[in-house]
This record gives sequence, C-alpha cells and structure tokens, in this order.
Amino acid sequence: MTDFVTDRRSLLKGGATLLAAAATMSSEELLGYAKAWAQTSPWKPEAGAKINMLRWKRFVEAEDVAFMKIVDAFQKANNVTISVSNEAYDDVQPKASVAANTGQGLDMVWGLYSLPFLFPTKCTDMTDVADHLAKVGGGWTPSGEAYGKLNGKWIGIPVAATGGLVNYRISAMEKAGHKTFPKDLAGFADLVKAMNKNGTPGGMAIGHASGDANGWLHWALWAHGGNLIDKNNKVIINSPETAKALEYVKGLYENFTPGTASWNDSNNNKAFLADQLYLTVNGISIYVAAKKDAPKIAEDMNHAHLPPGVDGKIRELHLGFPILVYNFTKFPQTCKAFTAFLLEPAQFNPWIEAAQGYLSHFLKAYDANPIWTADPKNTPYRDVAATAMTPAGLAQMSEGAAAAIADFVVVDMFANYCTGREDLKTAMATAERSTKRIFR
Amino acid sequence: MSTVQTSMPVRTSAEEEVSSWSRLRTNRNFVALWFMMPAGAFLILFLAYPLGLGVWMSFTDARIGRSGAFIGLENYEWLWDDAIFWLSVFNTVLYTVVASAIKFAIGLYLALLLNRNMPFKAFIRSIVLIPFIVPTVLSAIAFWWIYDSQFSIISWSLTRLGLISHNIDFLGDPNSARASVIVANIWRGVPFVAITLLAGLQTVSPSLYEAATLDGATSWQRFRYITYPLLTPIIAVVMTFSVLFTFTDFQLIWALTRGGPVNATHLMATLSYQRGIISGRLGEGAAIATAMIPFLLVAIAISWFGMQRRKWQQGGNND
Repeated sequence: MTDFVTDRRSLLKGGATLLAAAATMSSEELLGYAKAWAQTSPWKPEAGAKINMLRWKRFVEAEDVAFMKIVDAFQKANNVTISVSNEAYDDVQPKASVAANTGQGLDMVWGLYSLPFLFPTKCTDMTDVADHLAKVGGGWTPSGEAYGKLNGKWIGIPVAATGGLVNYRISAMEKAGHKTFPKDLAGFADLVKAMNKNGTPGGMAIGHASGDANGWLHWALWAHGGNLIDKNNKVIINSPETAKALEYVKGLYENFTPGTASWNDSNNNKAFLADQLYLTVNGISIYVAAKKDAPKIAEDMNHAHLPPGVDGKIRELHLGFPILVYNFTKFPQTCKAFTAFLLEPAQFNPWIEAAQGYLSHFLKAYDANPIWTADPKNTPYRDVAATAMTPAGLAQMSEGAAAAIADFVVVDMFANYCTGREDLKTAMATAERSTKRIFR
Repeated sequence: MSTVQTSMPVRTSAEEEVSSWSRLRTNRNFVALWFMMPAGAFLILFLAYPLGLGVWMSFTDARIGRSGAFIGLENYEWLWDDAIFWLSVFNTVLYTVVASAIKFAIGLYLALLLNRNMPFKAFIRSIVLIPFIVPTVLSAIAFWWIYDSQFSIISWSLTRLGLISHNIDFLGDPNSARASVIVANIWRGVPFVAITLLAGLQTVSPSLYEAATLDGATSWQRFRYITYPLLTPIIAVVMTFSVLFTFTDFQLIWALTRGGPVNATHLMATLSYQRGIISGRLGEGAAIATAMIPFLLVAIAISWFGMQRRKWQQGGNND
C-alpha cells in the first residue's frame, strides 16, 4: 500500500479523469446502450415481464443510485418491470428462504454470503450467464467460481464482495513499534498487544456479527492450518491446528478493547470513527465515512490484508453478494438478461466506482478499474477476490457449509474459549459435534 | 334449547323427511353452528394448522426448500444432548421467572399508587403506558445504545461522576448480558401489568374499605384481606399473559444480543429462529419451538385453574 505513495499524485490525476468519463454516461446514453445490448443479448426477456427482486440495503448511497440507473435503463430498453425491494443485511436471508420454501413472492434475490447454497434445488442454472460474463469480464477468479458453482453448475452469480480487511490508524501502529503493517502472525499479535499497552487498542467482533466475526475468525482458523471440514466434507475441526488458532485468538482477544464479545457488525465502525478503536477488520466503509466526516482519521488510517498463515498463504473470508434466480420464476430469461446486463463493463465499471471500494469484483477484468488505484488506500480491496475463500474452506461450497456459518459454529467455538466459558478441548468438541450433525 | 316432543303422531316417510329438514332448519344449535363457522375456520386455518404443521415438521429433517423425510424423534434426541439447547432452556426459564416476578411486584405497586386520587390522574396513567406502546424494536434499539460497550450513557455518566474508571461491559459478559436483557424486558412489560391490575382495583367497591376501616383494619390488613383476594382472578390472568409474553420473547433479544455473548442470552425462541430460518434446518428449529409447548401448557393450566376459582371473587375460602 505504502509503495504507491511515490506516484500517488499522478495516479490520482489519471484515476479522476477516468472516473469522470465513466460517470458522465447520461441516462439517455445508458438507455441507448441498453437497447443496443438487448438486440445482441442471448436472453430475450419475456414480453411484459414483471419481476420482483430483493436486494440487500445499500451501505453507500451512490452505489444504490448507480444501481437504480442500471435497473431503469434495462426496464425501458426491454419493456419489462423490475420492482426492487431493499432489506437490511440480516433480513434478506430469512425473506429469501421463505420465498424459496413457499415458491412465490420473489423472482430473484441479490443476497449475501452463500445464499444460493442454502437452497440449491430452488435456484435456476445460471451457467450460460456465468460463461457469457467470463468472456466479457476477463474470466472468473477461482473464488468467484467457488462462490457460484455447485457440482459444475452455476447456481448463483457472485456479483461482488465486501472485503473484510484490517483498518488501522497509522500513528497508533507506528507508536506501537511497527513501521509497516506486520507480514506474519507473530508480528500481528505483537502489534495488537503493543497497541493495547499504549492505550490505543484494537478490537474485532467475536459476537454474533455475521459479517465481521465470521470473517476474521475463519481467517484465524485457516491461518493456523485448521479447518472445519476436509475436501470430502469430513469434520476435522477437532485438531491441534485448531487448538493453535484458539490460543492465538485468545491472545488477541485479551488485548482487545472490552466488549467485543457483544459486538455486532456496526460496533467497530462507530468506535473507530469516534477515536475509541485503532485497529479492526472491516470493509472500506469506515474510510469512506471518515473522508466525509472525520478527515483527520481518514488521513491517519490505512488498510491491509490480514497476515498470511503458517504456510505463507493469505486466506480470508469476505462478505459475498451473489444473485440467484428462483427456478419457479415465470420470467427466467428476463432475470438472466438483467444479471448479465448488470455485470457488463459499461454498467459494472461505473457501479463499482460509485461503491467507492466497498464492493470488490470477482471478474478479473475489473482489476483495471481506476477506483482501486485512484487512492492507494483503496488498493488492498482490489485483491479481495484473490484471497477469498468460501466458508467451506477446503471443501466445495455446500448446503452444510452454508448452514454451519449461519449457525455461528466457528464463531461460537472461539467465543466459548476466549471468554472462558469452555476450555480448549470442550470448545473444539462442541464445534465438532454441531458440525457433524450438520454434515450427517 | 329446542323443545323435543315426547310423543309424536305416526307419519308417512315422505312427511317425516320434510319435517326433519324443517326441524333441523329451525334448530337453534344448527344455526349457531353456521354462525360459528367463520370463527372456527379462522382458528383452524391460522392457529391449529400452523401449530400442527410445526409439530409435524419437528419429526422431519426438513430444510428450507425441501420438505424432508420423517425421522421420528431424532431431532429431539439430538437436542437432548445439545448443551446449547439446554442453555437456552435455562436462559428462558431464568428470564421468564425473574422478569415476570419483578414485573408483577413493580406493576402491582404502580397500580396501587395510580389507584389513589391525585392531580392529573388520567395524564399520569397514560404516561405509564408509554413503554408498552413504543414498538419493541425501537425500544430495543434505545436499550442497545444504553448498553453499548463504548457509548453507553450509563457508563459515560458514571465515569464523569468518577465512580468507575472504565466502561461497563453490559452485553459482553454472560451474566451482565442476562441482567441487561431482563431489565429491558421489565421496563417494557411493567405497564401492561400495572394498567390491567389498575383496572381490577377499580372494580373493588370502596364500601368494603370503609367497613374495614371502621372495624379498625390497618392498611396492610385492608390490602391482605380485601384488595388481594378480590384481585386474584385478575392477577391470574395478567400473570399468565405476562409469563406467556416473556417466555416467547424474541424481538428484544434479537435486536440486543442475537443470543450472544456465547449464547448466554439465547432464548428458545431465538435459538429456534437461528437454527430453523437462518441456518435453514427447519426440522430442528421446529423441534425447539415444539419443546416450548409443554412449558406454555403449564402456564395456561395455572391460569385456567386460577380462573375456575370463582369463589375468590366473593372473598370466600378456597376448597
């Protein structure tokens, strides 16, 4: 990240020009483009189709505006109706599940995490869309395929992911004796400890925070060679590697600011922006908010990937946003056409810029988007797809893995041990028992 | 209702058919049955059927999107050995007992206070209802800020007063988290108890108090031998509802802690939702929900038993 500082000025300049060019596509131009696209599209929307789409409620307003522009252009060009309803993060999945179970109400959902894997039998095969997008988008990253494919068939299209990366205050890190962000597990633990000693503590959620807690605790597990299941879905959580991960996390937890066991996904944002927290794992949203409301914090903060594991490889769990189309929809062609249209460069580039780094892509070509280099502090988020794993870890993403993460099996294991509710062996045994049940 | 003739003249069969239909038509019970049909259908469709379906689901391995196969008691056997499930049962019972008892005590005290003559009586009574009127999720969010680990107003005030040196970890420590959610529930539930008991108090005839006062009864004796016996049927109803509401509470916990930290505040209702809907295992979630039924039946039985004792209303002894 700091490598970019030398030519930051020129990058900013170049990036800004490109940004301006992409953002200036007016509604008419977009409509014209949409019409032309509809002519060549392999999916012909059903005449007069009416689609109900549910999506997660935006975090960055500009992203939502850009998205609705895309929806609008698609509606006009194809003479169809797409009603978009927004739900808070935590409410998307229950609603999507109810629709899947009852077979009505929604045609497509833009959800979170591994949503399609909770009910794969209710998802339309999206392989044709995925193949088309691979052609126009420079191919899928391996993590993109892992998030979309079940047994060789695409059951969802991973549109983007929110990267869960380290957000830290530069001055606090330097004061703790680290000139640059640590590159290994021991260095990271030392940083957290030293920061706490200086009265500028870090903290990561260890409560039922579906995004934050799941993200960094899975990293900790994988970094030490631990895994919930092996590649054949055999439960292997009860292992010496997991024990090491538990000890490591306990060491961090003891140096966190108090209260992280009760944190949900928003606590760390609030605390960081209030000068109460100096290191955490989060999306870019803290930085985006700080640039607007607390420029001093924005100036003094930076982002980094979590350190590599014992084998030298970085494995992180990010918050994916997949689109799925139900197999009971009356308008599958319209849903597919819209999904493909959304990820087409002409739409996707301005959209990803509007999200200001909050959303990272799974299609390789979008690495070149200027948002990632316009501000070097954004750059770590460009490589989110490269370090991303699915909650299944070594195994293929599955219904079981989706259930395990939704039930906080890994988070509870760490929390049980860190808060002293269970000893090391019991914590692992409890997680093993729950996981075996899910994968029976 | 209908009068039946003991002796009837002999008739031909055709005549008999016509008359039995006309008799049925004019039978008030038969007509009443039709009038009850909408209510009955409503109950069956929206209460009995979902309940039955839920119980049936608890015997299957249904997941979201798949109806699942019958697996007998397997879900229950699993739950029997599941430490988190038993923890949620313990939490639910603790939450219900402690919160209901305190709600009753405070509610009764408030009702007795509000029953006195004072200026702005109606206004004060309506103010008491506010916690009950505010949507649960809103009050839960307010409590969430009150209990925040960094920004709690309680911690802030105490720190400013110099009483504590660092913030109180309201929701991060298992026991303080339990206490915190119970306090939030009490705050919300007291008005219901208070206002309903107040309504009961208004029905007590002042002449009884007058007579007792003339006989030299102390205020405790007046409460013990007049107010309390006459209020008992209302107390039975109020406490049943209070216990039912508390036992099945969901929103408050879900908004405040999601069952955390380390499942210390998971109630059966929240665990059932987490496993059934969020994690997609409908069968297991349904089994947890079904396991709540015996507890609820006990609560209902107590109330039914209480309401049968009509003699209480006359102040007589129980038999």
